[in-house]
Amino acid sequence: MAKHHVAATVNGDGVEFLCETDETLLDVLRNQLGLTGTKEGCSTGDCGACSVTVDDRLVCSCLMLGVEAGGKSITTIEGMADGEALHPLQKKFIEHAALQCGICTPGFLVAAKSLLERTPDPTETEVRYWLAGNLCRCTGYDKIVRAVLDAAAEMRGA
Amino acid sequence: MRYEAPKSLDQAVALLVAEKGEARVLAGGTDLLVQMRTDVVEPALLVDIKGIAELREIKDEAGGFRVGAAVTGAELKEHPKLKAMWPGVVEAANLIGSTQVQGRATMGGNLCNGSPAADSVPALIAAGAKACIVGPQGRREVAVEEVMLAPRKLSLAKGELIASFLLPARPPRAGDAYLRFIPRTEMDIAVVGCGVCLTLDAKDVCTAARVSLGAVAERPLLVAAAAAALVGSTVDAAALDKLDAAARAACRPIDDKRGTKDYRIKVAGVLARRATQIALERARKA
Repeated sequence: MAKHHVAATVNGDGVEFLCETDETLLDVLRNQLGLTGTKEGCSTGDCGACSVTVDDRLVCSCLMLGVEAGGKSITTIEGMADGEALHPLQKKFIEHAALQCGICTPGFLVAAKSLLERTPDPTETEVRYWLAGNLCRCTGYDKIVRAVLDAAAEMRGA
Repeated sequence: MRYEAPKSLDQAVALLVAEKGEARVLAGGTDLLVQMRTDVVEPALLVDIKGIAELREIKDEAGGFRVGAAVTGAELKEHPKLKAMWPGVVEAANLIGSTQVQGRATMGGNLCNGSPAADSVPALIAAGAKACIVGPQGRREVAVEEVMLAPRKLSLAKGELIASFLLPARPPRAGDAYLRFIPRTEMDIAVVGCGVCLTLDAKDVCTAARVSLGAVAERPLLVAAAAAALVGSTVDAAALDKLDAAARAACRPIDDKRGTKDYRIKVAGVLARRATQIALERARKA
């Protein structure tokens, strides 16, 4: 059967793509739009490496079909820095060494940004619960949580 | 595999009826996409119901709320009036998966996925919620406890889908609660789940109760004997002992990697007590 013709907004730009029914939004982002910052971990919605926002709602892009993206506004890790200027979360992740292999990092950053947009002054517990769906096998989470809390403090001060 | 995103329930029903192969309703997709990926299901047709306005709304109705079957967990949590009236239901729905999953997962999907361990289902049953089922014969409202029959098996006929849930007006001095046991704090499937709703009179005597258990049988159970243990009491220690025994007696669980039969039966009694105590506190303050 014919592919679906889908028009959406990705990181503020209008995009169009063709996809099969069984292609996920993750497949489309990586393979058709060349946005490989969004990572594939488990493909079953358990690890959060593929986190993006869709109409400002944090989701796993592996648990959404590309065809469902029609008319939606999607933000990926590529939409986070402002040109060369890193987002405060990105800077704090570097400062706190909150990453090692880096596969989970885009998902953590997108998820943390979504938290701070809703909750600018989260408690450590709130950060840990919000990020429970993002798995990291390297860092032990502590540096990630510190980086998010530090970025939140800086963003409130800014 | 075809994909259709109808704008009306009539169109959705017509698509489901006309499909000769396997047709699946797509709401949040957090279970369905995983099952498709692992070839547990291979549908010929996906009917995405998220474009149907009434399935995406929370509306006031009869003093309670009608919640569209495709409303997400995150949206439930962001509805202060619904959360104030039925905190147990909203909390149960919000135990499902991660923040990311909450952004997509729905109570309609949680029920229709047909898992005995679905978190929102015992909470809906305890609250006395009705499912509005739409199909080729029109609409019917059935108690949520009548929808699921066995794992992956529902009492829906071909062409039928769940459009919404009706959460009734909560009586004065009533409260609900849902608890599940998992061996960690987040991101797991219930070993046992328990939803309780109870109503008190002016003297703190329980006048009505509903108790529902998940993950202890082939489907979520409404346990009338457990509710009967509370009615007429002040929910004192003796009533909680009877409740515990009745909850345990209703269990017919399986042994699996999450827990043994004996363990599930014991935990069911404990959770029934604890959920009742939370519901009681809420009823006293209501």
